[in-house]
Amino acid sequence: MPTFVYMTRCDGCGHCVDVCPSDIMHIDKTYRRAYNIEPNMCWECYSCVKACPQNAIDARGYADFAPLGHSVRALREEEKGTISWKILFRDGREKNFVSPIRTTKWGTIPSPADLETPSAEAMQSQELAHEPDALNIDGGLPVWKGAV
Amino acid sequence: MGWFNRRKTVFEDCDVLVVGGGMAGCGATYESKYWGRDLKVVCVEKANIERSGAVAQGLYAINCYMGMQWNENQPEDHVRYARNDLMGLVREDLGYDIARHVDSAVHKFEEWGLPMMRDPETGRYQREGKWQIMIHGESYKPIVAEAARKAADEVYNRIMVTHLLMDEAKSNRVAGAVGFNVRTGDFHVFRAKAVIICAGGASHIYKPRSVGEGMGRTWYAPWSSASAYALPILVGAKMTQMENRIVLARFKDGYGPVGAYFLHLKTYTENAYGEEYESKWYEQTKELVGDYIDHHPTPTCLRNHAFLEELKAGRGPIRMVTKEAFQDPHKETVGWENFLGMTIGQAVVWASQNIDPKHINPELTTSEPYVMGSHATCSGAWASGPEDVAPSDYQWGYNRMMTVEGLFGAGDTIGGSAHKFSSGSYTEGRIAAKAAVKYVNDMNSEKLRVSEKQYEDLKKVIYQPLENYEVGRNEIVAGTVSPSYILPIHGLQRLEKIMDEYVGGISTNYMTNEPLLTRGLELLDMLKEDLDHIGAEDLHQLQRAWELQHRFIASQSVAHHTLFRKETRWPGYYYRGDHPKLDDENWHCLTLSRYDKESDSWDMEKAPVHHIID
Repeated sequence: MPTFVYMTRCDGCGHCVDVCPSDIMHIDKTYRRAYNIEPNMCWECYSCVKACPQNAIDARGYADFAPLGHSVRALREEEKGTISWKILFRDGREKNFVSPIRTTKWGTIPSPADLETPSAEAMQSQELAHEPDALNIDGGLPVWKGAV
Repeated sequence: MGWFNRRKTVFEDCDVLVVGGGMAGCGATYESKYWGRDLKVVCVEKANIERSGAVAQGLYAINCYMGMQWNENQPEDHVRYARNDLMGLVREDLGYDIARHVDSAVHKFEEWGLPMMRDPETGRYQREGKWQIMIHGESYKPIVAEAARKAADEVYNRIMVTHLLMDEAKSNRVAGAVGFNVRTGDFHVFRAKAVIICAGGASHIYKPRSVGEGMGRTWYAPWSSASAYALPILVGAKMTQMENRIVLARFKDGYGPVGAYFLHLKTYTENAYGEEYESKWYEQTKELVGDYIDHHPTPTCLRNHAFLEELKAGRGPIRMVTKEAFQDPHKETVGWENFLGMTIGQAVVWASQNIDPKHINPELTTSEPYVMGSHATCSGAWASGPEDVAPSDYQWGYNRMMTVEGLFGAGDTIGGSAHKFSSGSYTEGRIAAKAAVKYVNDMNSEKLRVSEKQYEDLKKVIYQPLENYEVGRNEIVAGTVSPSYILPIHGLQRLEKIMDEYVGGISTNYMTNEPLLTRGLELLDMLKEDLDHIGAEDLHQLQRAWELQHRFIASQSVAHHTLFRKETRWPGYYYRGDHPKLDDENWHCLTLSRYDKESDSWDMEKAPVHHIID
């Protein structure tokens, strides 16, 4: 379903332009609002829908196989840590789902540069960062049994 | 003079350059900084690493997790699984290496905030299948990107890398990369001691089933433009198993995933008349592949084969029987959230066509082929293996270094290591990064030489499509038809048509043979000449022009590899009509290619498959 933008809701902030993995959300030069410049290169990934602070972006199923009259709406709330979905069928049936998106506060992942510097010995081993501890196993990193 | 002279050139000198900020690239960026504290680590991405790569949309499962902490699987088990699924042909050293490390990556994802589902009885991660664990992964990519951003000295978003730079002080050594900013049009020159290619595999090299507005609803992301292959191929890196394309059996039109449906929801397939059909094709398949049909689990390609044969016999469509499972409200929720988490378009298709799987068994289809290194297939660059595992045939230096010095890869880029998926690609990025840091440290004070001529020549080539358009556009009144240029979409559609009709796409039921491939290669050669005449109206179209160039180079590689392997190794993925059977006597081997730019020729050879795991 290529995305489209509601004229009265978009304020031209450009969040969708920044995030679109396909580079197809652009700002229209006349209206100063976003629109999908290349619907046939839209993966319907909803990155723009989720990023829009005005909820101005929606999707209409691909014309070549999706009959009109449906909608799949997403509301991604970073502070709450959830995403909510509302699915509306062509015949009016509705389904709602809510899922968690993150269990920690945004921005809290430490930089590896702030961790203790690995030893020269570790550099020569097969272990990667945080190993063997992060493997949660006894006996260290598995060793191939054919090794001599 | 032309467009290229008006462009600003931006230089970046760094130690480790990560090209592509998807899962593999984020892993490589994080790990490069962990081991290379005093090194300058730069990640360059054509979109925005917040939502780039195949995981941009999210995932509902992590498909590669051993569970060693609960003794669920060991790395050797995963090697056996991947080898079996790929009909015997994988790089077992690479697969083992990923499998032994992957759990630590997944544990970090959880620590960083990725919501994992847990089995309420055991408290372990909720298994979807033997290798898959279920997650609420809507923000999988943003979380992983946050860690990479924290690690990198610099992340350059919206820069399309078009070519690699080579060292002029030492032959066959990489020295960086060039590209352009798709917003500003600036020309970017990255001079780097080590380069890790973490770019995407190839969608849209074969004509997709949807060719109208829905052509973007390919199974793999439309932004996976084969840079993973084109960048190394163009500098002479050897590639492996490029014929090993993948075809996916998925829900019709939206290509919604079936993994959770088969494995967790225990739904199953039947033909249009409610019959089980896979067993009907057992004898026929055995004729083609011998004992491989008796392996467990049945290799993915052979299940596809039964699907295709049943359709040809006139008993389609094949449907997924969901009505029973979906009576359970929990399973119904899992079924829908599975799509919303990673293939929203399938939910849209069902909503639009009033398909409620509680009441209707939905149709399945087989996709157009894709070329990639991370899923149930293993096309990609030929890389050196881990020091403590790789046989000597597979080892010539640093882990995950290609046959070009200083050039590393991970994820879709590296061939032979199938079934890595998101977590394994991330892990392979980490593996490559540690090796790249070692490589940079070992270089000591050795200096690279990149002449101005080298990057200025590339600059001219890169912006040429803008000039082609500007000049050619004046010849015509209006519209898209010009006698002097073709647009990127024109070139893409010609490429897809050639690959589809001559190299085993959907319109021939994945069938090809030597005469077809030979003709296909002739047509590709003509397309190559025409690619010098691509016209790009703006910077966005310039990006499309270079994506097309990359897809083209990968496609040539696929066609040459397909011609070279004279057997049908993976029925259900593609067929050689002139060699319809699997031939272990002559082809239980890996295929290698090397493109020589000077002579514009492709050298093919066989490499042994070493079975290091029993």
